[in-house]
This record gives sequence, C-alpha cells and structure tokens, in this order.
Amino acid sequence: MKAGVISLLAGIVFALGLGISGMTQPSKVVGFLDFAGAWDASLAFVMIGAIGVYFVAFRITRNMRAPLLAPQFAIPQRTDLDARLILGAVIFGAGWGLGGFCPGPAITALASGALPLVVFVASMAAGIYLHARWQTVGKSRPAALAIATADS
Amino acid sequence: MHNFTPLAALVGGILIGLSASAMLLLEGKIAGVSGICAGVLNPTKGETGWKASFIAGLLTGGLLLRIFLPRAFDFGIIRPYGTLILAGVLVGLGTRIGNGCTSGHGICGISRLSLRSMVATATFIASGAATVYIVNHLGGGWR
Repeated sequence: MKAGVISLLAGIVFALGLGISGMTQPSKVVGFLDFAGAWDASLAFVMIGAIGVYFVAFRITRNMRAPLLAPQFAIPQRTDLDARLILGAVIFGAGWGLGGFCPGPAITALASGALPLVVFVASMAAGIYLHARWQTVGKSRPAALAIATADS
Repeated sequence: MHNFTPLAALVGGILIGLSASAMLLLEGKIAGVSGICAGVLNPTKGETGWKASFIAGLLTGGLLLRIFLPRAFDFGIIRPYGTLILAGVLVGLGTRIGNGCTSGHGICGISRLSLRSMVATATFIASGAATVYIVNHLGGGWR
C-alpha cells in the first residue's frame, strides 16, 4: 500500500519533469537527434540534470544494506554486452527517431487526450506484448518438441 | 539552435532524477518506464502493484501538465498514423529486446556506471539520429 503511494507520487514528479524538460514534445526530441540539421542540444541537459541527481542517490545506496521502506534492492547486476542489447537499442532508437516519443513521455502525453498518442501507446503496448509472446513461444518450444518426440 | 531551452531541460531533468532517486532509496526499484510498462502488461505477483501505481502517477502528472503547462503538449511534429504505429511497435519491441529505454538505461543505468547501459544509450541515440537523418534529410520530413 505504502509502496503504491510512493510510486504514484514518484510517477507524478517524473511526468512533471518530462513535461517541463521538453521530452513530451517530439519537435524537441527530433531536434536533439537531428545532428545534421538545426541541432537542439536541450535534451542533453535533461540527462545532465537527471544523471547528476541519480548518481548521488546511487552512491548513497552503496552504504545502505536495504532501501528505507523495502526489504531489498532490485538493481540489475548484468555486466556482459550481448547482441540482444545492441539489437534492441537499434530497434528502439529507430522507433524513437521515427515517432519522437520514448515510453515515459508517451504515457505522460496520453493525458493530452490526443488520438495520435493513443495510437502510439497502443502500438507500443502491442510491441511489448508481442515480445512477451515470443519469449513464451521460445521457452515452450523445447517442451513441445519433447512431447512430439515422446509421442513418436 | 533557435529552440534551445537548457534551463527548462535541466530543471525537468533534476525532477526526473529526484523521482527515480526516491524509487531507489525508498523502495529499491529502478524507475525504468519500459520495464514498468512490461510489468503491467505481463503481471507477476508482487511486482505489478507498484508498477501500475507509477503508470497512474505518469498519467496524473500528465493531467497536471495539461492544466498548468499545456505547452508540454505542443507536440510540434506528429507523424502520420501509419508511421506512429510502426514507431510505437519498434519502441515497444526494441526496449524489451534491449531491456530498457531512455529512463532505465539512459538515466538509471548510466548513473550506476553500467557498461551495458552506456552502450545501449549510445546505440539508441545513434540509431535515432540515423533515423531522423533518413526521415528529415533524405525523406523530406515524411509529412
């Protein structure tokens, strides 16, 4: 319950940050990605601000055994570089450059009620769902093969 | 750079950083929006509640922006529906294959000095820039 309230408040502040910074405006995003045109460096400052704060927060957690209100930290531990990471980033970047929205700003901008955002977020959800289905198919295939082999 | 707004961007970035820091210090969670979306769409026990709340927060914040800062939704560029559908699917699929987006990799991961996140962020910015180059400079803006 408490975690729900904190997540809700954090989501609100996150959305306000996205809106104030310009991340909810595809013109700013495309301007930032348009190195060959009239490059708008503004969004680099979003990263500087956010990373500056979070860098300090992460340093603080190094001296904490657990978060203040939860039993343990859930921080990614992987350090390897693999093809999936690169492939995923290439695909995501293409979608980001094409539409001008990444996930957080798209969901925030859904509140504008504009139909293009509904279409974009629904498509994004479809992409996420598609990936989950592929994962399931990939995992269940060996089992299905095993059954087929057992039958024959 | 006629649209250069470094101060607003910095202030917004600090708010994003504070929000993500609160999730980390209080709850021990990474505020990666693509992962949070995936968690809501494919529920797992004990992990879905806070993710749904965070999404509800984004939408609530969006409503506040709509009232108090309508300029945040002056999109400027809105692609045709077919392009938006393709873009949305690519964003959904790509962030799941690569395990993160601008928030999870670009902010949380880089701040943790994660090599994976640095490589992912450099890659999606390069890929985004290449796409914008193709659309704006070779494709005439795809209006």
